[in-house]
Amino acid sequence: MEIKLTLNGRPVTGSVPPGLPLLDFLREKGCLSVKQGCETSNCGLCTVLLDGVPVLSCSLLAARADGHSVTTLEGLREEARQFVSFLADQGADQCGFCNPGMVMNTIALLRENPDPSDDDIRAWLAGNLCRCSGYESQLRGIRAYLDSRKR
Amino acid sequence: MNIKRYIPAQSLQQAYELNQKPGSRVLGGALWLRLSGAPISTAIDLSALGLNAIEETEEQFSIGAMSTLRQLETHPGLNAYTQGAAAKALSPIVGVQFRNLATTGGSVFGRFGFSDTLTLFLALDTQVELYHAGMVPLERFVQMKPDRDILSRLIVQKRPGAFVCLSTRNSRTDFPALTCALSRIDNEYRAVYGARPARAMVLRDTEGILKEGVTPDSARAFAQYAAEHVPTGSNTRSSAAYRAHLIKVLTQRGLLELGGNRHGD
Repeated sequence: MEIKLTLNGRPVTGSVPPGLPLLDFLREKGCLSVKQGCETSNCGLCTVLLDGVPVLSCSLLAARADGHSVTTLEGLREEARQFVSFLADQGADQCGFCNPGMVMNTIALLRENPDPSDDDIRAWLAGNLCRCSGYESQLRGIRAYLDSRKR
Repeated sequence: MNIKRYIPAQSLQQAYELNQKPGSRVLGGALWLRLSGAPISTAIDLSALGLNAIEETEEQFSIGAMSTLRQLETHPGLNAYTQGAAAKALSPIVGVQFRNLATTGGSVFGRFGFSDTLTLFLALDTQVELYHAGMVPLERFVQMKPDRDILSRLIVQKRPGAFVCLSTRNSRTDFPALTCALSRIDNEYRAVYGARPARAMVLRDTEGILKEGVTPDSARAFAQYAAEHVPTGSNTRSSAAYRAHLIKVLTQRGLLELGGNRHGD
């Protein structure tokens, strides 16, 4: 079936089989920041924004994105650049595999809640699994970024 | 995902007719679809039918089947009515991205044993609206065998009450080892237990243990009664014995919270 959507601000079209996950469609379109992790809707690695809302692209049919706006990390580099150095400073990207999903979800959090508490951050990022850093470094990085904005 | 045909339904009638054919599936959030691996001849999408809203009136909430768990979790009216129990019940489910896809209808129609959503709504005065069968109390719907009807809405009556939702998980965002919801609606106490691991069930105070209200003694006695009367089983997350213990602990804790400083009625 033919689908038409807005990807990172640009219109794109494609012919997709009915069961194709959005994740695969996005990678075919060159958005390689979107990665496949658990395949069980658990790890958050494949997070993209659908009409501004974070969703798991591994579990969303590409057909269901027809007519919607999809944003990947490729479309949010400027917004991400503001705080990823703070994550790096805290050693929060050891292997880096979880980073795209973690960054996408952090952007979604900060858009909805520009001044989150540590508990807000923990709750919001609970759906992003990290296999090496134990989460505290991500929390420290985001906290450092938020504190830097208040100075 | 093994789907041969994807059809965005134009009406509930069309969706119902398509769903009568073997191999058809109505899509909820489709989050477990990958895990099932079962081939689907026709995937029916209800997204275009205007079922993605939560409407609130003075008397009730009308919750569209395609509204997401995140919408429920963050709905000011629903959380005001349940004194935050809705958010507390649903926020432990995986992550924000998951709850932005998971639908109310999918969670309830699936009648999954592990469902936090089902446990929450059984503690409220909830009916399900089925396209073919009409309005059915949720408590009866839970016991019905799966069929090919279509759930379009949940209706929650705003009867004065107090609500508490609790759960125990082996780790955060995991499936629950036990879910427990307690309510007092018009002075009737209702205790709901899910992830037993069977489907959630309602236990009422038929013995009158709480007839004089919740005190430390009556809460302890009802919790003991619940642990003895709610069937539990074992799976990878918990043994039956541990679940029975959790029923006692969460019931007592929840009742004391319910009967404490919060007066929904």
